[in-house]
Amino acid sequence: MSAAKNANAGIGRAASQVHRLLTEAWRLQPLYVSLYAILLSFVVGGVLISIIGVNPFTAYWALLRGMVGGGDQIAGSVARSVPFIGSALALAFAFRAGLFNIGAEGQLLAGGITAAYVGALSWMSDLPGIVAIPLILIAGTLGGAFWGGIPGVLRTKTGAHEVISTIMLNSLVLFGVRWMVNSRDPIVLRDTESTVPRTDPIADTAVLPELVDSQPVLHTGLLALLGICFVVAFVLNRTTFGFEVGTVGLNPHASHYAGINVNRVIVISMAASGAFAGLAAASEISGTNGFFQPGTFFLMGFDGIAIALLARTNPVAIIAAALLWGSMLSGAPLMQQEADVSIDVVRIIQAMVLLFVAADAIVRYLFRVREMDQSPFKATSIEGSV
Amino acid sequence: MTTVEHAVGASGASERVGLSRQTVTGLVFGVLGVALIAGVAPAISGTSRRFNFEPPPDPAGIGFHPPTWVIAIGVLFLVAAVLGFAPPDARRYASPARLLSAIALIPLVLVLSLALSDNPSTNIINLFNESLVLATPLALGATTGLWCERSGIINIGIEGTMLAGAGIGYMTYATIGDAQSTGWLWFSILISVLAGGLVASLLAVLSIRFGVNQIVAGVVINLFALGLTGFLRSEVIVKTGITTGVGTSEFGLPLLSEIPVIGDQLFRGKPIYWMMYLVVIGTWLVMFRTPWGLRVRSCGENPHAAETLGVNVIRIRYQSVILGGLIAGLAGAWFSMESQTRFEDNMTNAAGFIALAALIFGKWTPWGAFGGALLFGFSRALGTRLQFLGVEVSGFEIPSEFLQALPFVVTLVVVAGAVGRSIPPAAAGQPFQRSK
Repeated sequence: MSAAKNANAGIGRAASQVHRLLTEAWRLQPLYVSLYAILLSFVVGGVLISIIGVNPFTAYWALLRGMVGGGDQIAGSVARSVPFIGSALALAFAFRAGLFNIGAEGQLLAGGITAAYVGALSWMSDLPGIVAIPLILIAGTLGGAFWGGIPGVLRTKTGAHEVISTIMLNSLVLFGVRWMVNSRDPIVLRDTESTVPRTDPIADTAVLPELVDSQPVLHTGLLALLGICFVVAFVLNRTTFGFEVGTVGLNPHASHYAGINVNRVIVISMAASGAFAGLAAASEISGTNGFFQPGTFFLMGFDGIAIALLARTNPVAIIAAALLWGSMLSGAPLMQQEADVSIDVVRIIQAMVLLFVAADAIVRYLFRVREMDQSPFKATSIEGSV
Repeated sequence: MTTVEHAVGASGASERVGLSRQTVTGLVFGVLGVALIAGVAPAISGTSRRFNFEPPPDPAGIGFHPPTWVIAIGVLFLVAAVLGFAPPDARRYASPARLLSAIALIPLVLVLSLALSDNPSTNIINLFNESLVLATPLALGATTGLWCERSGIINIGIEGTMLAGAGIGYMTYATIGDAQSTGWLWFSILISVLAGGLVASLLAVLSIRFGVNQIVAGVVINLFALGLTGFLRSEVIVKTGITTGVGTSEFGLPLLSEIPVIGDQLFRGKPIYWMMYLVVIGTWLVMFRTPWGLRVRSCGENPHAAETLGVNVIRIRYQSVILGGLIAGLAGAWFSMESQTRFEDNMTNAAGFIALAALIFGKWTPWGAFGGALLFGFSRALGTRLQFLGVEVSGFEIPSEFLQALPFVVTLVVVAGAVGRSIPPAAAGQPFQRSK
C-alpha cells in the first residue's frame, strides 16, 4: 500500500519536474494539458506493449519511423491526416455555437456520396479540370451541409436535441449509402464492372492533382482544408457572424435579448459544420479513392471529435492535432510489421489521449499544472441536456 | 428543457400556434386511409393469402383476402382522423383510435408484404420470434441506457461497453475453455458482464468524479473499446487459434413450450434471450416499485431536491451506471457467445446506437424501450423476410436497408415531437456537485 503510494508520489515528482523544465524552456502554457495527455497516453500504450512481451521502445521507434521516417512516410502521414481536419472542424465550429455535432460520421457519408455521384456524371469528363474539380468539391460540401443542416433545423423548429438527431441521421445515411452502393436491382450508384460494392469511378478531370505520389497519395485537397481552417479562424475571431456564434454558444438567452437571431446562428452553424465534413469527404473521393465505398469513412467522424477536443476547438491547432492523429494511423502498420504489435495499440493510445484531454483534472494533478482557464470541455460549459 | 430551447421558445419557434400535433397525426392517418382505400386496395392482387402459424408441411394458419384487410385498416385510419374533428364528447375516442391506428401499421405492413410477393403464405409466428431474438441486444442495451439516463448520466458509450463485453468474454472462453466447455462458457458470460461493469465504471468516474462532458466520455468509451478489443483479438484470440466454438444452447420453457403449434416456436430459446426478459421485468420492478428505484429516478430529474431529502446522488449515480454496464456486458455476451460463437472487430456494429434510439423511442421507460427494441428487431427480421419472399412494388424490389432505416425515421419523428413527443429526464447530462 505504502509502496504504491510512494511510487505514485515518485511519478508525481518526476512529472512535476518535467513540467518545471518545460515551463522554463518554452512558453507553452495553453498546450500543457494536450502535451501531457499525449505523453501519458504513450506511457499507457507502452505498458500494454510490454505486457505482450515487446520492448515498447522498439515498437515506438518503428511507429515513429512509420510516421516521419522519410519523405514517403511524411507525405503518407500528411495525406492520411487531411480528412481529419474537416471532420474535426465539423465538431469545432458547432461547438463554438454551443452545439454538439456528433454527426460528422454521417455528414462525411452524405458529402462523399454526393461528390462521387457528381464526379461520375457522364458530362464531367468533358469539362476542364478547373471547372470539374471545384464542382465535385462543392457538391460534397453541399451534401454535407444539407445533412448537417437537418439537425439544426430540427433543433430550432422542434427542440429535438442535436446529439440525438445526429445519431439517428448517422444511421439513416449509412443505410442509404449502403443501399445505393450495394443494390444491383435497380442499379443506383453501383459500379457494375467492379466485384466489390462501390460507385462508378469519377471522371479523370475531377481528380484532384497530386502533390506527392505517396501511400496514400498526398493531393491538393490538403490545401483546400488548410485554407478552410484559416477561413474558419478568421470568421470566428474577426467577423460579426463569428461573434454571434460565440455569443450564442456562451449564452443563448443573452444572445436573444441582445438581438441575435439565435435560430439562424444554430442552423447556419450546423450546416457549416456539415459542410466541412462534406468537403473533407469530397477531397478524399476526388484525390485519394476516385470512387465511394461506405466503409471508407468509418470512425472518421468520431476521431474528429477527439481531434477537435485535443486542439481545444481552435481551428488552427486542429491542423496540428489532425496531423498527429493521421500520422499515428499511417505509421502503425510499420510498427506491426517490425515489432509485431497490433495496430490497435494506436487506437488505444488515441482513446487515452481523448480521455486525458477530457479529464484534464488527472493531468493537472499528476503534472501539477495550475488551471489557467476554464477547460471548454467541462460539462458545465455545454448548455442543455440530451 | 434546455436553456437553448427556452431561448428558442422565446423567439417563438417552438411555440408555434395553429395545427396541434394531434391534428397533424390525424391528418396523416386520414390521407393514408384514403390512399389505402382508393389507391392501394384496388391495385394489389385479389388472390387469397395465408399467414401460417407453423412451418410446413400442412401448417395451421389463417387465410385472408388482402384488399379486404387493406380497406378495413384504411377505414380505421379514417375513423381516427375524423374523430379528431368530432364534437368534444366524441373526440375523447380520438386518442385511442390514433393509438390503434399506429398499432395497425404493423399488420398493414405484413398484409401488404405478402400481397405484393409471389408467395401465397409465410410463417408469421416464426417472424415474430426472429424479431424478439434480434431485439435481445437492443433491449438489453436500451435498458443500460435507461439506468444511466434515469439517474442523470447520458450514455452514448453503450456501443463500446457491449463491444468490450463481447470481446473480453470470448477471449476468456477461448483461452481457458478452448471455446468448448459449457462450464467455462458460463464463467465467460459472467466475465463479459463484469467487463461491461468495469467499462461503465470508467464512464462513471469520468462523468461523475471528473465532471467530463458525458458525451465526450461516451466517445472515449467507444474509441477505447474498439481499440482494446481489436488489440485483444489480434494479440490473444487469434494466437489461441480458436476461431469458433460451442455457444449457448436452446431450451424450451417447461409447459409453455408444450403448447401445440406456437409453443415450440415461441417458447424455445437460448439463455441470454430469456435473461433479457428477466432484465427488462427486473428493471421495471426495481426502478418503479422500490424506494431505491425512486431515488434513481429522482437523481435524473432533480438531483438537488433529491439531495435535500437525504439521497446520496453521487452514490446512486455510480450504482446505476455500473448496473447499466453489467447489463450491456450481458448484451455483449449475446454477440460473441449466443448469436455467434466468435469475435470479430466491431462486432456489435452500431447496436449500441440502435439501442439508444430504442430507448428514446420508448420515452425513457422500460416497456417503451423494450417496445422500441422490438420495433427495430422486427424491421430487421422483416427486411430479411421480404428479400426471401421477393416482395416487389411495380417491379421494384424493396431493399432490406429501407426497412432497417425506417425505425430511425420513426424515432427522429418522435424526438422532433411530431407524434407523441419524447422528453428525456430533466437532469440527464448535467454534472452534479454536492452542496457545500
